[in-house]
Amino acid sequence: MSTTTTRGVAKPASAKASQARPRRGLRSNATLNFWLFTGPFLVGLVIFVFVPIGWSIWLSFFDARYTVTPSHFIGFDNYKQILTNSNFPQSLLTFTVFAAFIVPTTWALSLGLALLVNQLRFMRAFFRSVFFLPTAVSYVAAALIWKMSIFSGVRFGLLNTVLGWFGVDNIAYLANPSPPWYWVVIVSLRLWIQAGFYMILFLAALQNIPAELYEAAEIDGAKRGWQTFRYITLPQLRATSTAVVLLLLVAAYQAFDEFFNIIGTKATWAQTPLMELYKAALGNSQDYGAGSAGAVILSLLICVVTLAQGRIMGFGRGEESK
Amino acid sequence: MSTTAPQLGKKRKKRGSVLGNTGLYLAVGIAALLFLIPFYLILRNALSTDPEITGENWKLLPSFQWGNISELFDDQTVQFGRALWNSTVVAVLMTVGTLLVCSLAGYGLARIPYKHSNKVFYVVLATLMVPTAVTFVPSFVLVSSLGWVDTYRGLIIPGLFSGFTCFLFRQYFLGFPKELEEAARVDGLGYWGAYWRIVVPNSLNFFAAIATITFISGWNAFLWPLVIGQDPSSWTVQIALSSFMTNQTVNFHLIFMATAVSILPLVFVFLFLQRWLVQGIAQTGIKG
Repeated sequence: MSTTTTRGVAKPASAKASQARPRRGLRSNATLNFWLFTGPFLVGLVIFVFVPIGWSIWLSFFDARYTVTPSHFIGFDNYKQILTNSNFPQSLLTFTVFAAFIVPTTWALSLGLALLVNQLRFMRAFFRSVFFLPTAVSYVAAALIWKMSIFSGVRFGLLNTVLGWFGVDNIAYLANPSPPWYWVVIVSLRLWIQAGFYMILFLAALQNIPAELYEAAEIDGAKRGWQTFRYITLPQLRATSTAVVLLLLVAAYQAFDEFFNIIGTKATWAQTPLMELYKAALGNSQDYGAGSAGAVILSLLICVVTLAQGRIMGFGRGEESK
Repeated sequence: MSTTAPQLGKKRKKRGSVLGNTGLYLAVGIAALLFLIPFYLILRNALSTDPEITGENWKLLPSFQWGNISELFDDQTVQFGRALWNSTVVAVLMTVGTLLVCSLAGYGLARIPYKHSNKVFYVVLATLMVPTAVTFVPSFVLVSSLGWVDTYRGLIIPGLFSGFTCFLFRQYFLGFPKELEEAARVDGLGYWGAYWRIVVPNSLNFFAAIATITFISGWNAFLWPLVIGQDPSSWTVQIALSSFMTNQTVNFHLIFMATAVSILPLVFVFLFLQRWLVQGIAQTGIKG
């Protein structure tokens, strides 16, 4: 594939360059090369990102049940319907509860692991690998283990076996929504998968803290442990912490895999925003209008978070420095 | 452990206390054990018989039923080999395609002087505002209109044009030493030649990091393959696993063996490429 592209494009490029050797030729050579390098990507970006987004904004204003080329314009009815007449608002609540659980716990656990691993002098790479390894596991595989082995509601489930040793009766973690044991299942799963990943971010940040700061603090009489952590480590990690929290929020917002596989779309509880979109657009109703309206609302909501994230993580910072 | 600790700790006396070290390693050790439990469960159940898995008495070690492996691949109702193949094709082609398309674009944006280069870059940046998962409804609308449902094309191509990966490559190439390229220029190489002969061979670490991340996310992807793969013949491993969970006909030991087999390639990729992966994440702060 690459050979044909080289041949196809190299020729006109060199022809142009030899035509007008001086400045002008060089510049057009650069322009041509710019499009040669970025062209394939940009074409794909337009077709597979911009067209779908535009299309779905268009669909969201039409009665688009069972069709993607609707003709009946209905204004904001799809938005009204999905915001009042569906489970979509409920799913935003589910997300909020989920985020309230998963963001602080992942933040604390990954920071805790990073602090521990950072102090190790032996087998440090080993322990780092162990905590990082779950990142390679898919949410589906983890959901399977969580649902069918660890939190299986029957006797042979690992947790029920362990609790059984202490005389606790079997708990059906996933059978019904009250008490909401399912949050334990969902949250612990995501915690297991993503803690190691954020630990790596914290480890990198910890290693960037200048050792002099700790030495200076020691001279000033700060005690190792809580005091240095509170007044040096934590403030020095602020940028990373903020980034981690925002990444966690965006990830929680898009939660789908483990909810779909553990809770399922037929349950009336714990349905995430993406699950509601999935049901609206690809379920029995095939209502692409309502599904698109929901997608637009979600995108707008997440834009706010991403923009904030961009600010903090410095997306596009290259401009000024360039 | 405690014998070498004081040697290393000479510079910082206070750190080397044996008691503190024991506590530290105890804490890390317990945490590590907890993190490894799910892996143990997969392997134990994958190599057990069904009665062993569901038995009342918990057995620590399975009876090592290696025959479960061949049983899994021989079972025609499950079609797991097919799913494994699909996942391999999708993850490999996605990795190759993403690296090719996004690295070229990233290089063009970073290094080729063009007056509207910044405007083009903003167009790319704009796509970062909308996460791909949220756009699966419109993407499905497009892909189904193209007739790409149940095809490799439909599974792979829409995922290649990652604004974020392009952005990462651009940032990386901005920091690539100019002198190397200028030397290539003096030797008469154009942008294209310099890119392939000088820039790429000197950036293999970064390419490996992005490749690992892309491969893992391609292999583990669930939502998009679920939407696109309507016929079982186009299912990836993740969709097959998911169907086992709701489908009551598949036996426990086969489900867990399938899970083990689906995770194994990634664990290997992960262990061998971890260095690049860690480097990549530390540099970029992302997962695919």
